[in-house]
This record gives sequence, C-alpha cells and structure tokens, in this order.
Amino acid sequence: MSQNSPQTLYDKLWQSHVVLEQDDGSALIYIDRHLIHEVTSPQAFEGLKLAKRQPWRISSVVATADHNTPTNHWERGIEDPVSRLQVETLDANINEFGALAYYPFKDARQGIVHVVGPENGATLPGMTVVCGDSHTSTHGAFACMAHGIGTSEVEHVLATQCLVQKKSKTMLVRVEGQLRRGVSAKDIALAVIGSIGTAGGTGYAIEFAGSAIRALSIEGRMTLCNMAIEAGARMGFVAVDQTTIDYLKGRPFAPKGDDWERAVASWRQLTSDEGARFDQVVELRAEAIDPLVTWGTSPEMVVSVKGRVPDPASFADPVKREGAERALAYMGLAPNQSVESIAIDKVFIGSCTNSRIEDLRAAACVLKGRHIAANVKLALAVPGSGLVKRQAEAEGLDKVFVAAGFEWREPGCSMCLAMNADRLEPGERCASTSNRNFEGRQGAGGRTHLVSPQMAAAAAIAGRFADVREIV
Amino acid sequence: MEAFVRLNGLVAPLDRANVDTDAIIPKQFLKSIKRSGFGPNLFDEWRYLDVGQPGQESTHRPRNPDFVLNQPRFQGAQILLARKNFGCGSSREHAPWALLDFGFRAVVAESFADIFFNNCFKNGILPITLPAAEIDALFAAVSATPGYRLLIDLERQLIERPDGISLPFAIDAYRKERLLNGWDDIGLTLRHADIIREFEERRRREQPWLFCG
Repeated sequence: MSQNSPQTLYDKLWQSHVVLEQDDGSALIYIDRHLIHEVTSPQAFEGLKLAKRQPWRISSVVATADHNTPTNHWERGIEDPVSRLQVETLDANINEFGALAYYPFKDARQGIVHVVGPENGATLPGMTVVCGDSHTSTHGAFACMAHGIGTSEVEHVLATQCLVQKKSKTMLVRVEGQLRRGVSAKDIALAVIGSIGTAGGTGYAIEFAGSAIRALSIEGRMTLCNMAIEAGARMGFVAVDQTTIDYLKGRPFAPKGDDWERAVASWRQLTSDEGARFDQVVELRAEAIDPLVTWGTSPEMVVSVKGRVPDPASFADPVKREGAERALAYMGLAPNQSVESIAIDKVFIGSCTNSRIEDLRAAACVLKGRHIAANVKLALAVPGSGLVKRQAEAEGLDKVFVAAGFEWREPGCSMCLAMNADRLEPGERCASTSNRNFEGRQGAGGRTHLVSPQMAAAAAIAGRFADVREIV
Repeated sequence: MEAFVRLNGLVAPLDRANVDTDAIIPKQFLKSIKRSGFGPNLFDEWRYLDVGQPGQESTHRPRNPDFVLNQPRFQGAQILLARKNFGCGSSREHAPWALLDFGFRAVVAESFADIFFNNCFKNGILPITLPAAEIDALFAAVSATPGYRLLIDLERQLIERPDGISLPFAIDAYRKERLLNGWDDIGLTLRHADIIREFEERRRREQPWLFCG
C-alpha cells in the first residue's frame, strides 16, 4: 500500500504502535495504558515475581478493585474471605510494584475499571488500552485500540509493555439517521449484534460511524464500543470529534497547556480517511431501531419490545434451532410469547455497559414520580464509580431511585456477573442493563434479559417488559 | 508451558454453539489467586446438579448424568469437539486453565472467540478450526463409535481420523513454533528489549502526554 492511499482509523492506530514486524505477519505492538483489576491480575503478578522480572513501565498502570467489592454495607468490609483475599492481593501487588493511579476498595474514585479510566482522563485518543477484561473494548469510544487480554498477556504487558498481535480485518458499522425517542446506544449495540450475530465480528476491528453515532455522547459511544466484544469483535471504536475533545478537557490525566493543544491537533487526525476501504460494511438506519429486549441466552437472541419470542421451529439451521430450544427451556419462555407479557423479578441498572451518569439520568427520568411494581422483589441502581455516584447525588437522582423503590448502592460490577453478593436466585428473571445474558451469568439458574437503562426502568414500573415510549 | 507435538487422544463431543467462558468456568471460581485447581469445576453448572462453591470438594457432589463429560465412555478425554464460537464472552484465562487441568490438550471446533483462542496458546492447548462439514462428520463419528480417538500432529498440521482420512488445519507459524517448543512468550519478546526501548523513547518525545506520571 502506498503512503498516500486512504487509511482507516484502524490502520492509523495499528501503524503508530508497531514496534517490530515479524516474518509471519504478526507484530510487536506497544501498549500505552494497562488497566488492572483484582480478578485477572494475581496470577500475572505472581508469574512476574517467580521469573524475577520487573514491570517494564509501571506508570502505564491504572488499577481498581471492582468485581468482588460489595455494593452495600461498606462499613463491614468484604465479608467473603475468598473475595477479600483477592482484593487484598491486588492491594499488596500495587503496594509492591506501584501504579500511575490506584483506586482501592472504598476510595472516592473507586469503581468499574472501564468507567474509572475514562473519567480520570487515563484513556486518551490514539492509545492502545488493554486490560484482563473483555469489555476493554469500551475505551474505543476515544478512538483507542482497546481490547481485552488473558492473564498471561497481562503478565506479558507488565514485563515487556508489548503484545504480539496480528492485524484484524476491518468492519465499518454505519448507522445513519436519528434515533427515535426512547431508543439509546444500548439498542444500537443490541441491534448490531442481532444483525451480525455474536460471532459476526470475530477477526474484525469494528469502526462505528454515521450520523447516529456522531450524535451520541461519549457515554453512549462507550456503551456501544463496550458491546463490540459481544459481537465477537476484538475491539470497536469511534473516530475523534469535538465530543471526544470536549469530554477530555480538564480531566486529571489529560494533557494540559501546550501539550493539550499539541495533543488535540494530533487527535484530530484519528479518523478514517475519505475513501478508505473496509473489509466489510454493515449499514443500519437509526429510525428502524426499536427499544430491544433479549429473549435468550446469547446477546444475538434479541427482539423488539413490541415483538414475540421466536418459535425454534422457525430456524432452518439445526444448531440454531437446538440453541433456541435450549434457550427457551432455560429462560422459561414459550414460543411466540409476546415480550410485553414477560414478568420480571429483579431489575439491575449498572455494569460497565450502562452505569454512567447519562444512564442513571435516563433511568431516573422514567422513574420520576413512579414506583416499581409489587412483583419486583429487588431493583438495584449501581453507579459505575464513586465520581458517578457523587454526581448523581448532586443532581438528586439517588432520591428519585429510592422514592421509586430502588436500592441506591455503592459502585462496582455488582450483578453484571455476580461475583459479589448481588445475584439472581435460580429461576429469577431480571431486566438488566448489563452485557451478557449467558446461562448463570447473574447467578446460577438466573434468567437475564438485556435492555437499556430506560427500558429497565420501564420494566421495573410495569413489573414486566414494557415499551418505554408508552410510559413517558 | 508444556510443549504440544503430537496427541493421540479420546474425543468428547460438546454439541452446542456459542459455549461461553462463564459456562466453561463459572464466576465464583474466579476468586482464586492461583492458576491451577480449576479442573473439578470445568463446566460446573452443566456437570453437577447442585451449585458449586469455591474450595468445596467436588468428588461427592451430585452429577448430571446427561452431561457428556459425565458419561463413562468419555472419561479420560483429551480432545474436546465443539461447534461455532466456542469460548465467547469473558476474557478469563481460567477457562483454558480449567480445560487443561481437566485433561484437555486440544479443542476442535468450527470457530472460536478471539480472546479464548489466544489464551489457549499461552497454556499449551491447541485450538483447531475445521470447516462445518468436517465438524459435522466428526460429531457423527464420535456418536457412532465408542472410544473414538483422533491423532493430532502439529508438525504436519494434520488430524488423522481412525478411518485413515487426514484433515489438514491452519495455524500461524509463530504460534506453531512456540507450541512445538513450549516456549515462554515473555522471554521471546524481551530479546527485542532494545527495539522496544527505542520505540518508547521516540513516542515519549513525540507525544509526552501519553506518559504522564
């Protein structure tokens, strides 16, 4: 390819991080930011110590405890001894090796790693961002090459500041038009996954573009990029525009003074060139997207709130048909049942997908002056970080949630994956703003339906799935 | 990491698509700070009839007789046969750790999720992708033939079926070499330490804001 041929954003991000190209087409890629949490790091630090290696650039590390931490009764500490040991192991490792920033349990800035990084300006455009967590794709909202890695790679990045990578294929997902009222970034994410499937993005880096994407806030873009992994893509990202730059200005780790001006000038280059070629292009119309609800045990099993649970017999592919049969049995649903007839037991508003201030505002807007239905046993609002919580409280959102019958909790991953005490009991059905509806994800035997914050709030009020557009 | 050269192993079929890493190793076992000991909890929610807890002895837990890995004919399996998008979801390396600890050294599937695929190579597990028709044929053969085994030859990039038919598979040269030799990734990368340092210094000069702190 000549120097002058138009490049995709991915080409630019890739090229600017190649340390060394190897003969077989793989490359050594430099890592700018390494996010760390307690679950996927202990074995990496242990490996480093056993090999008597030192971290290459510990100031690339931003760490927090989020998966195991309780979301209530902080005065009691972490009561589960196994969880406590894991969090204390992170404390000890950071204490020994250091970090650019560490937000431990109970810190005012503690929270979900993918909320904490961006809000502190630790995620900057053009960076490579990795974390031992698949939802690292979230940071693509800032035109980063951001993806999840396993623990061996956490150790590899700690020791070498690099990863051995192969270049992905590129997919452009273009969403043009204007989202209708009551439809959010979460619905775009679910619509894309429903359209290409959970393996549709495998081997691809997805660039989200189009007028509907440009109209999203940074929070909305994070929601969308967060779920690129659920489409099988290693990463998803959005080009830099004024929205990106405005969000970053003044954040603690964002550049200041002359550096800010220089940085902004370089960030403005982080777009795909006119005429750049993608390996695949997927186009969606924003107006065609309804508020969506997943009905099965894979995020691709998704349907409009106005739709019906599909009949497995309607799938021609036998593997898909059996998958749908198994999903309906697990979910306790009947073929052709209307989505609005599905009653729920619990509601979860939170997770790295939907726990930012905009998400809480959207849910509170639906809940204001209303109350959760009698059949809803528990409704949780879990802010993504201490800063989000404080901001929400300054706006009085906590009072709206509490008045509506929600519990207002401390920040953390919470019931998205139920590593702490927040979980579903067997057979319980949840309207959840999280990202995975896998069997047992929110607790063994639990049944998860993925929705947007607005739709979770609407379900809480109705006690079943309901079209938020008919409530507000 | 243990090298992978040739494997003649019993095959166990897991006939469902989109098997996620939450199913391979449920979240409560991720609280461990070790790399080993996950085997008894591999596919915990499918394998047992109760809900497993970390630290619990699994020997006497009630087993789900319908789950394939509980069937006597698949005891000692080293090759897992699977469908599309195996290992999707969470990046947890505990998934390959659990497979390895249970005894699997290879997974043969129609396709894999990206992070899981990558994690396998770090742990001496060979993930092999085959076309859908070949996967279908293997599922049929395993179901029809008790004690069905495959011979995987990484050097020649071939799977040999008992009926004499060989199925070629693709693998990146770099990954193949590492697996054949059981090499440590970090040691290989650190041979380029000078080049990394040079790259880093240039980057620091050009974009100092990336290096705050």
